[in-house]
Amino acid sequence: MILKIVKHVLLDILRSRIVLAYTVFLAAASIGLFNMDADTGKSLASILSMVLMLVPLTSLIFATIHYYNSYEFIELLSTQPLRRGTILLGEYLGVSLALGLALLAGVGLPVAAYDSSLTGGCILLAGLLLTFSFTALAFLGAVCSRDKARGMGMAMLQWFFFALLYDGLLLLVLFTFQDYPLEKAVIALVALNPIDLARTFVMLQMDVSALMGMTGAVMQEFLGSRLGMTFTLGVLTLWIAAPLGLALRVFRKKDL
Amino acid sequence: MKRRLAALSLLLAPLAAGAAVLEAGAGGAHPTLRGAIAAAKPGDTVRVRSGTYREGQISVDKPLVLEGVGRPVLDGEFKHPILRVAANGVTVRGFRIINGGRSSTQELAGVFVDQARDFVIEHNELRDCDYSIYLSKSGPGIVSENILHGLSDLEINSGNGIHLWSCKGVRVRGNRVTGHRDGIYLEHASASAMEENSVENNMRYGLHFMFSNDSLYRANRFTRNGAGVAVMYSRAVIMRDNVFDQNWGSSSYGLLIKDVTDSEVTGNLFDRNSTGLYSQGATRVRYEGNHFRENGWALRIMSNGSSNRFTANTFTRNSFDVGTNGDLADHEFARNYWDRYEGYDLRHDGTGDVPFRPVSLFAILTERVPASLFLMHSFMVRLLDRAEKAFPSVTPDSVIDSTPAMRPHPPPTALIPASQPTQHQP
Repeated sequence: MILKIVKHVLLDILRSRIVLAYTVFLAAASIGLFNMDADTGKSLASILSMVLMLVPLTSLIFATIHYYNSYEFIELLSTQPLRRGTILLGEYLGVSLALGLALLAGVGLPVAAYDSSLTGGCILLAGLLLTFSFTALAFLGAVCSRDKARGMGMAMLQWFFFALLYDGLLLLVLFTFQDYPLEKAVIALVALNPIDLARTFVMLQMDVSALMGMTGAVMQEFLGSRLGMTFTLGVLTLWIAAPLGLALRVFRKKDL
Repeated sequence: MKRRLAALSLLLAPLAAGAAVLEAGAGGAHPTLRGAIAAAKPGDTVRVRSGTYREGQISVDKPLVLEGVGRPVLDGEFKHPILRVAANGVTVRGFRIINGGRSSTQELAGVFVDQARDFVIEHNELRDCDYSIYLSKSGPGIVSENILHGLSDLEINSGNGIHLWSCKGVRVRGNRVTGHRDGIYLEHASASAMEENSVENNMRYGLHFMFSNDSLYRANRFTRNGAGVAVMYSRAVIMRDNVFDQNWGSSSYGLLIKDVTDSEVTGNLFDRNSTGLYSQGATRVRYEGNHFRENGWALRIMSNGSSNRFTANTFTRNSFDVGTNGDLADHEFARNYWDRYEGYDLRHDGTGDVPFRPVSLFAILTERVPASLFLMHSFMVRLLDRAEKAFPSVTPDSVIDSTPAMRPHPPPTALIPASQPTQHQP
């Protein structure tokens, strides 16, 4: 049954052309960035920045709008002999798969065409995980509020916090406590923000020469082995599962 | 008839006396190498047949040519230093010298050249010796085309590969050095030349260079050594066309320059090092035409140097271009290519019309708090960097390239092809 919902939502979204516009924009930006510079390494750094900014924003806003727009459909489904979890999960998978496909086409194809290095693959994987994570966060925000304006505000706030504010705060913390050993703390703080996790994951591939310049046994172990990549990927998966689980919980008990 | 014979013997006499050839080894006139050396006269050649010779320390105390035929093995049985050259004009060629003795109080070597001149050590293979080739108060002389492998397979701290102590005019060429503490070590070795050596996977420095003035090293390759290459306390050193790559670690550099004066670093490639070039207390050093590629920091320059010039270098894909701990007054940057440069060239003279400041605000932040490195590529950091670029307040005014090149300079000419396939393709 869930597959039917996913299919319905996915096709509905793909027909709406907003996702098509998103794909085209991503593709145009990626190709533009690759053409701007002969050195694909520099273009990849720019694409990483774009993905880290744009993917959370689009996922949050699109998923929130989609949830409120299909509220009546969700209500209709609720009258059917369906479990609520199935309904929300179907909606979630439909939206995140659509956005993930857009990312794969818009960024994945240009990256594969211009620079088929491991770094490009890492950026793509990070982008996909961010899509799933922020769609889940958007659903969590949306199910908590009946009012569309409030839900949108919530989405914007989440983006502002994770994409901008958090790094500023992190920098502030690092400078305030610079006299203390911060290696473990900084890894813990990075784990509290999915965007930072995705960034670190790509950095472990792209800038490992610089990262290996850091002192301290913790860092050497974290950066030198596959431990860092496993850690960032693992916690990013948690950042998908936790908000999704919470959203399902709220949705089950919710008075529609 | 008698007169004829006498004439013939007269003719042959100098030849026989000057260059007799002695055969050492099983089946020869001299079964042991020691015996052959003892029987030889100065200027003779000792041809050593293949086989294994376990004769303790063998001392060469007169000018001889020792030539291995079919790569005879000199085995020190982990007890003795093996070959000692203690006379001028000795050539050692074509041996396999293994299992040198070890000591925690003495520096024992596979080949020890002691106060000798005009020696040639070439085409030998040394394996599992504490120090492989040790030159003391010697030179001029040549060490070339040897293959040296230290004790690292046995997980024992090894000595140095080629060790020069208080030498003059030694030429070290075309050797391969792996598995030692320092690949090539020079202390008080003036007027030496190191060329076309390949130094890989040594535990500490690939090349360790101290108090060695007027020296040249050219077209060497230093790969994956513990801490890269260190050149210290020297004057008039020329470093040209070398490759420094994949030296990773918290205090690892491609090249460390410390208290070096009146020298030049030209046409080198620095590839994937934690720090490409680290310079401390350098004076009047010229850096020209080098390529810095995919390093963590391309340059880290401490502010205690002066009158250094960086011209026509190429910086691509480095996480940071320049890091510094203060103000770099009296340093000149000109005509370098920086891949981060975003200026324009309306005059069409090949250099940008607006200057470039290679030290970013973020580089200064990480210099102060290394953990903030984790914020690299963050949007917040980009914003800060942009703001700093528009209104510079923290970054040093002195580090500025007023004529940044618009295009990369041609790559270094004399690059040796990679010894092993590398992970990334350029």
